Amino acid sequence: MSAGPDLLVAIAVSVLLVAGSIFSLLAALGLLRFPDLYTRMHAASKAGTIGSGLLLLAAGLHALDIAILLRALAGFAFFVLTAPVSAHLLAKAAHQAGYKLTNLSVTDQLPLAKQKSDRL
Amino acid sequence: MRFRAMRFIVVNLLLTLVWAFVTGSFTLHNLALGFAIGAMSLLLVRDQLPASLNRVRPIKLLLLVGLFFKELMLSAIKVAVMVLRPNMRLRPGIFAYPLTITRDFEITLLANLITLTPGTLSVDVSDDRKMLYVHALSCHDPAAERRAISSGFERRIREAFPL
Repeated sequence: MSAGPDLLVAIAVSVLLVAGSIFSLLAALGLLRFPDLYTRMHAASKAGTIGSGLLLLAAGLHALDIAILLRALAGFAFFVLTAPVSAHLLAKAAHQAGYKLTNLSVTDQLPLAKQKSDRL
Repeated sequence: MRFRAMRFIVVNLLLTLVWAFVTGSFTLHNLALGFAIGAMSLLLVRDQLPASLNRVRPIKLLLLVGLFFKELMLSAIKVAVMVLRPNMRLRPGIFAYPLTITRDFEITLLANLITLTPGTLSVDVSDDRKMLYVHALSCHDPAAERRAISSGFERRIREAFPL
């Protein structure tokens, strides 16, 4: 059983890789299937973050090198910090540009007057 | 003045640590290089730095981080399941959330946390910083969404960063 730890690492890496790939695939599918930009940002910001985070973790674990693992974790941390900012900015810009919510939408409490004051 | 110097050193040591993580090397030379680059970056943003460090409760902060990762996982699974449904049964909408926290970094933190949690996405903050506009995938009950935010993340943020 000298291959024990190696096997465990291999299994953990495989599980992380498959899970990360599935989340990334579903994020892409969400971009395709959701009806407007706002709902699409949900798929891109959440499933995308988890997907790439799991893939980075798999890469870090596979290397069995603490320096590479730390770098992978740092990459994930930066993903978590930046993904919501870009999703937020895209949604805000779209709303200010007057991009309508999908017809399925039930409410929009963000006032239109706000858009004018922002443009000045 | 002494406090400023202390804070400068603490923040710079943190930056040095991040530099060592990202470059993947903990040799003395690399740490010195990280310290020098950190000092230069801090010098560039010195006008934007807050006047005083905020008080932090470490255990409450850990609870917030734990809550966040739990919600992030749930959120990714929820969106994934939703994408796979043949009929997605979406009822999206934007609702206004009245903020009780006031400081900029708290609002930023809350907005980011909301974006990464199930079915909600921050869209905008009102100019007077009293309202956060949140897009939700299922917006048929905005009152319930508001309650979830105020008893979840907003309460935890208030606890982790006491005034």
